[in-house]
Amino acid sequence: MAERRRRISRDPLGLRRALSDRLLPGLVAAMALLAALALAGAQGADRLADRWQGGAAAAVTVQVPEPGRERMAAALALLRGDRAVASAEAVSAERVAELLRPWLGNAPSLILPGVIELRLRGSAEGLEGLAGRLSAAVPGAELESHGLWVARLAALARSVQGVALAVLALVAGVAMAVVAVATRAGLAARREAIGVLHDLGATDAGIAGRFARRVGMLAGLGALGGAALAVPALAALSGLALPLSGGEETAGGALAGVPWAMLAALPPVAAAIGWGTAQATVRRWLRNMP
Amino acid sequence: MVRFSQVGLRYPDPVRGAAAGERETLRDLSFTLPQGSFTWLTGPSGAGKTSLLRMMQLSLRPTRGEVEVLGMPLSRARRADLPRLRRRIGAVFQEFRLLPYLTAFDNVALPLRLAGRPEAGLRPDVTEMLRWVGLDGREEALPPQLSGGEQQRVAIARAVVTRPSLLLADEPTGNLDAAQARRLMMLLEEMNRLGATVVVATHSRDLIAQHPGHVMALEGGRIVSLDPWPHAAEAGPETAAALLAGEVDDGSALEDGSGDAEEAPGPGDAVEAGRARRGVWPGPRPPEADLG
Repeated sequence: MAERRRRISRDPLGLRRALSDRLLPGLVAAMALLAALALAGAQGADRLADRWQGGAAAAVTVQVPEPGRERMAAALALLRGDRAVASAEAVSAERVAELLRPWLGNAPSLILPGVIELRLRGSAEGLEGLAGRLSAAVPGAELESHGLWVARLAALARSVQGVALAVLALVAGVAMAVVAVATRAGLAARREAIGVLHDLGATDAGIAGRFARRVGMLAGLGALGGAALAVPALAALSGLALPLSGGEETAGGALAGVPWAMLAALPPVAAAIGWGTAQATVRRWLRNMP
Repeated sequence: MVRFSQVGLRYPDPVRGAAAGERETLRDLSFTLPQGSFTWLTGPSGAGKTSLLRMMQLSLRPTRGEVEVLGMPLSRARRADLPRLRRRIGAVFQEFRLLPYLTAFDNVALPLRLAGRPEAGLRPDVTEMLRWVGLDGREEALPPQLSGGEQQRVAIARAVVTRPSLLLADEPTGNLDAAQARRLMMLLEEMNRLGATVVVATHSRDLIAQHPGHVMALEGGRIVSLDPWPHAAEAGPETAAALLAGEVDDGSALEDGSGDAEEAPGPGDAVEAGRARRGVWPGPRPPEADLG
């Protein structure tokens, strides 16, 4: 009986029945699942773009035709003296031949260019100047940066990230609309009770707070369910994306790739959205009362 | 104290809006009900009695004019001030307005809970109030399980459980038998003796004849008379004229002359001794906290 009294004193508007604990959490769970996928997509695209940009920017190849000792030494000296270059190493003729064997077969008489692998300190910007100096010092030498196509891939990844964030904003907006509609349904269902409480001296903040607590709790529970549903989906996607990100199988398996912190943040964020939206909706509605 | 000055009320047209409403429901009402007074409100159906009570309860705003309730002019009141004022007003209307999913106990306890009364402290007051209106043993009944008269008594108990400074009742004896009606009138008179301003709307001339008070007659939204009863002859026409003109100051004629309704003593010590002598239910303690 004491527990029942406490429950009633907390819920004199009968919001347990007016605001269903099925429909709103179900809708918010779907929103949370979409939000989790969008966030994971944005995060994954960001990581891929960074990795591709970093890796491609760092890997530059120099070809030196007629790779005599002097020409190779001159090229190496020039490259190693440049501030942007972290390291410059000549690839041995044997390794070059080995790399080309699948296409050229054994052709010892074929004259192959000398190849130098560069690692850059930072981004690939300013490589055009280096290429010009190199061709001036060693005529015919060419510098090939992989940055162009990787930059395009990275731009694509950034676009995917932008779309994912736009989807996330859309999901948040739809969630607010869903909460507002559910709250208005609750207001309509408890119009008479609100009038009674209002006339008995309940404050706008008190009435809005009762709605906001109930809606915030339902939204939080819904988001918890949505986040739980997102775990297997994200684990599967993480497993699929492992080769793209160049990662190796870890001890935790696919679950190690699940963004747990982000998932943990979903229920409180959804509860906060529900709470705030319900507060605004109820207070706006109450302004029509004397 | 309740003071109306040139008050008009027009219900908004639900289709065409406020400006295109019908004729005024209440027109040019000017009167003053001193703190601690007992006023009968009478008149034919549609005269505007319920609308007038609802304006006193602050659940309707006047379309024009100034309404002052318990010392607060509504035109100058901030919205945040009104809930505290409403907690000092008890009201019983014909439709009872009980919450159907709350028991009789919880319906009566509602004003105390809204005022922040601790759960442990409200049980004796609510139980005693229900006993007073003859509903002991029915605490756990839901309103749909109660008869019309029982529901009305729950509504009455809810209205007086906080010992309000202003008590409004619209046909409060409509669903009660003669014994219960007498008991209710005793309760209203006791609340009045404890300092509450009481306004009761009724069609019953018999009821008015049994209990002294001012009688305000409404017709077509206007006050046609406001007379003291049964002392009209003694009070003379000047008192009625003063009430209608809003010139009665602040209840000094009925109270101790302290004047300000905000500081009105309400249930005072003097009457506490009196109620013990009369064996009348004293009413619960006023809310100690104000938590919204």
